[in-house]
Amino acid sequence: MKDTLLRISDLTGGYNQELIVKSICLDIEKGDFLGIIGPNGSGKTTLLRLMSRVISPRKGNIELEGSDISKISLKNFCQRVAFVSQDTTINFSFSVWEIVLMGRIPHLKRMQVESKKDFLVAKAALSMTDALHLKDKKIDELSSGERQRVFIAKALAQEPDVLLLDEPTSHLDIGHQIQVLDLLMKLNKDKKMTLVIVMHDLNLAGAYCNRMVLLKDGSVFKQGMPQEVLTYQNIEAVYKTVVVVNKNPISSKPYVLLVPQEQR
Amino acid sequence: MRFIKNYTVMKNNFKKSFIILAIILLLAVTLAVIKGAVNIPFAKIFLKENQAIFQLRLLRILAALVLGSGLAVSGIVLQAILKNSLAEPYLLGTSSGAGLGAVIAIILGVSRIYFPLAAFLGAILSVILVYSLARQNNKINQQSLILSGVIVSVAFSAIIVFLVSMSGNEALHGITWWLWGSLQVYDIKLLFIVSSVVLIGIILIYIFSQDLNAISIGEEEAMHLGVEIEKIKTILIIVTSLITASLVCICGIIGFVGLMIPHMMRLVVGPNHKILIPFTCLAAGIFMVICDVIARSVMPPLEIPIGVITAVLGAPTFIFLLKRSQRVK
Repeated sequence: MKDTLLRISDLTGGYNQELIVKSICLDIEKGDFLGIIGPNGSGKTTLLRLMSRVISPRKGNIELEGSDISKISLKNFCQRVAFVSQDTTINFSFSVWEIVLMGRIPHLKRMQVESKKDFLVAKAALSMTDALHLKDKKIDELSSGERQRVFIAKALAQEPDVLLLDEPTSHLDIGHQIQVLDLLMKLNKDKKMTLVIVMHDLNLAGAYCNRMVLLKDGSVFKQGMPQEVLTYQNIEAVYKTVVVVNKNPISSKPYVLLVPQEQR
Repeated sequence: MRFIKNYTVMKNNFKKSFIILAIILLLAVTLAVIKGAVNIPFAKIFLKENQAIFQLRLLRILAALVLGSGLAVSGIVLQAILKNSLAEPYLLGTSSGAGLGAVIAIILGVSRIYFPLAAFLGAILSVILVYSLARQNNKINQQSLILSGVIVSVAFSAIIVFLVSMSGNEALHGITWWLWGSLQVYDIKLLFIVSSVVLIGIILIYIFSQDLNAISIGEEEAMHLGVEIEKIKTILIIVTSLITASLVCICGIIGFVGLMIPHMMRLVVGPNHKILIPFTCLAAGIFMVICDVIARSVMPPLEIPIGVITAVLGAPTFIFLLKRSQRVK
């Protein structure tokens, strides 16, 4: 029995006159680790921004457990849906602890002082992301991998049902990439957290996600399990490049090899 | 629970620094009561013969406190919502816009009670002008923001000079008063009106301090935390314009206070607005009271315009911050 958390129907939207996301229909089940892939300009980030209410749809809607998200108050929405962006540069040197406590803002009234419970939630979020030892550091003293873990902790402090992530690993080296993705996997498995993640790296997406959506020109080209989406036919059709798709000998997940033009 | 205890220890440290600042403020106020064109020993300040001077100086001190905290808190808000460390009412042209509005109201002979309103209209006009000058593709260009502000400021100041020199109206107090400011209190009723506006404004801003924290880590980040940024930005810009406009009506145009004090206090207590705003109010109060003492006592009986002192201290701060923001980029 499927348990739909987010239902996207006929979603169309973009900026000014330009429509970037066109009539997307998509169901996200509870406990999904959903990867959104596609070439530049295919609408991955725009789709995520529509899902997080940063921009409003031109047509269609998104339902969170049956209720239209544009009709929920922004505060309530943010208690249930949290967002982690690609890279956050901050001009002000807040401490890590202050940043993570900001994750409690959706749960607090204006001028309400954080209670013991808020502190405990923030602390738990930091230990979950293995960043508790950083709590007294200033955010601008951290490495990019550490900073990303802190921002995931802030999102977790919101105690959301869904975590939306926009290329959270694209500025990280492979060591930090794996660290962040392993953390997400752990959240997905242990906390049954639903994750929707936009990714550039097809192999990482294939290795971690249980479901994938391949976008092309703002529409869904293919969705399904990684081995259904990451086929050489799909990738060549969408990315216009020649690839070989093989199986990872250990995890038996698909992986994609690029072929330079001269060697074809 | 060591963890939460640490946090309370930190809060107690803030309490201590806050008390120290309050004591310094008290000392500065005492100094300001004693020093001036004539120095009155503290023991004699309450005597009947000195009552007039005492009252006059108290009013000046009130004006200094209101002016300092109002401008500095406005600076904090503008720096947070524009994400520009150089933003403050003077450099964004808001003060000059307000000045122009007030000058026009005085020349038209409007009742004094409405000066802040006229100044507010001028301030809003300059805000709209500066933002549309700095806007490119629906986004505010950080580099041209301060440039637009300074240009609008210079242009409006020129119009003020023109209007003041053409008009013989005594209520205008002359060109220097408008361009460099003074804490000489001409109208007690107006001072009380302005003080209430500034006090209410600061309280209102403080209510939004958690939102300001969220906005200063990024607009989209703030939206993801449930902060309705467009609404809150509009409210805060109107409140800061109102504070600036009211202050211009009693003190003229005074620059750089909103730049220096918030930055100093961020170095001391960090960027958390819940703590930063009260600390900045105190520090800015101390700063203005001392500036006024200097203005009055360097060359008595002449008074140096107070804006000269803030500019002499503020310009190096500006250069320092500019260099630092360029290095970050």
